[in-house]
Amino acid sequence: MWYYEKKLQYPVRVSTCNPKLARFLIEQYGGADGELAAALRYLNQRYTIPDRVIGLLNDIGTEEFAHLEMIATMVYKLTKDATPIQLKEAGLGSHYVNHGKSLYYENAGGESFTVAYIQSKGDPIADLYEDIAAEEKARSTYQWIINVSDDPALNDSLGFLREREIVHSQRFREAVELIKEEQGQKKAY
Amino acid sequence: MPTYRKWFQPYVGPYDPCPPLGAVAYETPVQLYLGFQPAGMEQYSPVQALSYGTLWPGLYTPYTNPFNPVNKGADS
Repeated sequence: MWYYEKKLQYPVRVSTCNPKLARFLIEQYGGADGELAAALRYLNQRYTIPDRVIGLLNDIGTEEFAHLEMIATMVYKLTKDATPIQLKEAGLGSHYVNHGKSLYYENAGGESFTVAYIQSKGDPIADLYEDIAAEEKARSTYQWIINVSDDPALNDSLGFLREREIVHSQRFREAVELIKEEQGQKKAY
Repeated sequence: MPTYRKWFQPYVGPYDPCPPLGAVAYETPVQLYLGFQPAGMEQYSPVQALSYGTLWPGLYTPYTNPFNPVNKGADS
């Protein structure tokens, strides 16, 4: 079970009214390498991974939901005061027609989230290598969003999220070393 | 100390339709080099850690837009 803390993991500030950025950010909400895909992937893999790294998948999977919540806050702030015309000009016209102002799990191209984005192979090495790749892909998605965003306050929060991807990747790499079980043993082959 | 940004120069063809953009950057952050994190690494204060996104200065690898001319030539 989970306890909920009614606060964001990191403050989300948006300094300019630019609904176009919402369109880019939604990639990290419902895209293939987004936070939802990450959370579902890790929490699902927990059951069939060796005991010593279950806790890691649990912690990181949970944190991904905290990131999802930050992205949702950014998208909401960027769109809540936009008129339908402004949304249309930002390329969000079809989103507005289908979903109104509500958020939807879709990627920057408007494709709905699908669980086929994630894999669950049941092989610990295969699963952890997918997790490392997912973190690196999410890291680069944040970099590309920062490159197209001219909002320094938003980029500050995105920089935080990118740094978390780096830490998660580091921990998954350590998990691989742990389950290889040769870590720290001075064996000569 | 490794550098966390590398550059490569793509081939410039004589008939390329657009003017060449020059060197292309790619990120090589710290997790590629650290291996299993050693015990006893230096830590940030809790407030700094919350702001940087990591407890460990050794894991902090911030990003800047390489298309910004200010960041051109930066390799770390």
